[in-house]
Amino acid sequence: MAKFRKKKLGGSDQINTSALPDIIFMLLFFFMVTTVLREQDVLVDQKIPQSTQLQKLQNKTLISYIFIGKPKNTSLYGSEPRVQANDVLIGSPEIVQWVNQERDKLPEADRGSITISMKVDKEVKMGPISDVQTELRNADARKVLYASTKKLDQE
Amino acid sequence: MARSKNRMSNEINAGSMADIAFLLLIFFLVTTTIASDKGILNFLPPKQDPNVPPPDIKKNERNIFNVLINANNDLLVEGEYRRKAEGLDKDFKEFIMNFGAPDEDAVALFNSLPASLQSQALRKPDSSDHPGEAVISIKTNRGTSYAVFLEVFDNAKRAYFDIYAERVGITADEYRALTGDDEASKALQDKGKEGIPMAISIAEPDKAGGN
Repeated sequence: MAKFRKKKLGGSDQINTSALPDIIFMLLFFFMVTTVLREQDVLVDQKIPQSTQLQKLQNKTLISYIFIGKPKNTSLYGSEPRVQANDVLIGSPEIVQWVNQERDKLPEADRGSITISMKVDKEVKMGPISDVQTELRNADARKVLYASTKKLDQE
Repeated sequence: MARSKNRMSNEINAGSMADIAFLLLIFFLVTTTIASDKGILNFLPPKQDPNVPPPDIKKNERNIFNVLINANNDLLVEGEYRRKAEGLDKDFKEFIMNFGAPDEDAVALFNSLPASLQSQALRKPDSSDHPGEAVISIKTNRGTSYAVFLEVFDNAKRAYFDIYAERVGITADEYRALTGDDEASKALQDKGKEGIPMAISIAEPDKAGGN
């Protein structure tokens, strides 16, 4: 006790930083838990358009992602918008096959409710998108989510 | 030399611990992408059988609210030119809630609505008969920008969600957040939707201005 008081009286002007590592570790763990390391490289431009009427999907396991945009590596893939599923750029006819593969990964009961999240770049025109949608209809994956970020309301 | 004297102290110097943790923290801060599964839901129509001709649907022109978007991203809303999609949700809402020529069911529906929604019925003869008949049709070119299309689609969704939310007396944000997982939220969701189907038709884009 005496020792304690003595220290205080000594008026040490150093802040006690011994709790700092704990705080930092806490933050660290938070980010480690929330982080999802990208399992795939996105090969196309992705500037997602903004909108207001966003809905959140409940069941993440049912979602498969499809990326549409101008390829980042234009010298290799050209500058026309391309479709990326999984790790590769695919052509429209392969989408049906891809959907079936994705559907096979799901448990049998959920196969009907597969959702395709379309992450489309702002610059893309409706032409390629409608081609993709036609293929999705062919594959009978008709639940589509136009991925979008929240736009602040200007009233 | 001075250090060797301290060797006996049984305390590990934890001063650099914070630095190490910081380093890791910054690494994760940079690499993290908080996954967002938010977006606008749409249900595509079923695949068309090439052997079966598309059904011939007879619908009065007044029950269809046409929005055309051309390759220059100009809008044609019910035959009128428009530069921007902003404010389109008001027009959609007016059109849906018009109640121009309600049938028996629609009159019952109208009577079940809260007064704030009832007052929005303009009863114009050249607009939709009742919400059950009203269809919003969005047609684009292949050259139309996706961003503009999504904005119009967003506005159409907003009109419907506003109506649903107003009907059950919550805000549109709250209504959209309803999951339908439990009884209460499902009941609320259904109550909002009942009799007012979300009829947004997206026509196949035509060839102009695209590739």
